[in-house]
Amino acid sequence: MAPMKDEILFDHHHDEIDRRGFLRCMAWAGAGAVCVLQGGVLTSYALGRGGNSGVKIPKGELTFVQISDSHMGFDKPANPDVVSTFQAAIDKINAMPVVPEFILHTGDVSHLAKPAQFDNVQQLLKSARIKDVFYVPGEHDLVGDDGQQFRDRFGKGTQGAGWYSFDKKGVHFAGLVNVANLKAGGLGSLGTDQLAWLEKDVKHLKASTPVVVFAHIPLWTVYPDWGWGTDDSAQALGYLKRFGSVTVLNGHIHQTMQKVEGNVTFHTACSTAFPQPKPGSAPSAGPMKVPAEQLRSLLGVTEVHYKKGQHSLAITDSSLG
Amino acid sequence: MQRYRCASILESSTPGRLARICVLVVMGFALTNFTVPKATGENRSNQQVTIDNFSFSPATLTVPAGTEVTWVNHDDIPHTVVSDDKTTFKSRALDTDEKFSFTFAKPGTYTYFCSLHPHMTAKVVVQ
Repeated sequence: MAPMKDEILFDHHHDEIDRRGFLRCMAWAGAGAVCVLQGGVLTSYALGRGGNSGVKIPKGELTFVQISDSHMGFDKPANPDVVSTFQAAIDKINAMPVVPEFILHTGDVSHLAKPAQFDNVQQLLKSARIKDVFYVPGEHDLVGDDGQQFRDRFGKGTQGAGWYSFDKKGVHFAGLVNVANLKAGGLGSLGTDQLAWLEKDVKHLKASTPVVVFAHIPLWTVYPDWGWGTDDSAQALGYLKRFGSVTVLNGHIHQTMQKVEGNVTFHTACSTAFPQPKPGSAPSAGPMKVPAEQLRSLLGVTEVHYKKGQHSLAITDSSLG
Repeated sequence: MQRYRCASILESSTPGRLARICVLVVMGFALTNFTVPKATGENRSNQQVTIDNFSFSPATLTVPAGTEVTWVNHDDIPHTVVSDDKTTFKSRALDTDEKFSFTFAKPGTYTYFCSLHPHMTAKVVVQ
């Protein structure tokens, strides 16, 4: 794909998604797009497959990378080899010009929460040049034991179903769990205990502190018919209203999507295993079967840059092929 | 079901044979109905619910008490079968083509869902 030079401007004061821009951002997902937020206005640039194509990506004081939905153990069409694509994601991270500080994995690490599947991910990640990985579980990681094994491996010292927070270079990170104790007919759920914890967790922070919230299922309503949303996310976001810069990073839907609402930027990452259809474009959210040569263009990793003094974080998606 | 059987025979039969076959089928059903177990548990009937495209089919299944219901997952993604109260019945994660069975001994309406994809809901009505 030839590099594009279009820009998408989102009105900072709009509460709705800029649908035109949103769809074009979607269309670029396979080739990679840079979304840069400055002064509350989001500007997106398309990236060529080969790299940055002359687009200057801001180099922040903190750079981290998000991977998601590795579904280790999945072996069906369109990806019978999720090990290779996960390795490709690690290789991509290792080749990044700016060394990321750490990796966030936003869940569905495994396909069926089997010990061998978790082992495999941990083993593969040994080849990553970054050793710090922060996880939150997806619903697949909770299969069978409500996530006990997941927490034993990836969530030591976390609270409740596995939520926690940490600070890096002035940015506050909160890892939330919205896949536990789900109720019939509902969407993702944080629950009262976690909400109370979050309220307390951010209370002491200055409003100028950039906040990054990451969880598996989107914390905004993407498509409720497929369960793509979180029932009590509005309450969580209510605690974050006073902050000037909030970035919400999710996975689960195996495709990139972005929405800006006030000071909050919502972003979902690609899977490293298999793509899922656009909302409502297929009979269900099941794996999208694509020709082998297209697969890697629909998988990817997400890079996030934060520069001190800058209003918001810059988010870059890039595909695995 | 009886009508369906007759119709499929119709496609490959002459009218004369059809009448005789239909009589036999109806007789067969009469016999079957006569021997339907009354929830004894030892000779119980079985009904199937399929999972396709993130939904249970049929969404409402009506069965006599004592029926064993078997769910089979035809999706490429695992699903579970869990009663709304999470205690009456609860399957492990069913991978592609895996099954889970539960025998409904008592009459009532049993609503259930997939605990991984809770928007997937359905019910079994036991009479």
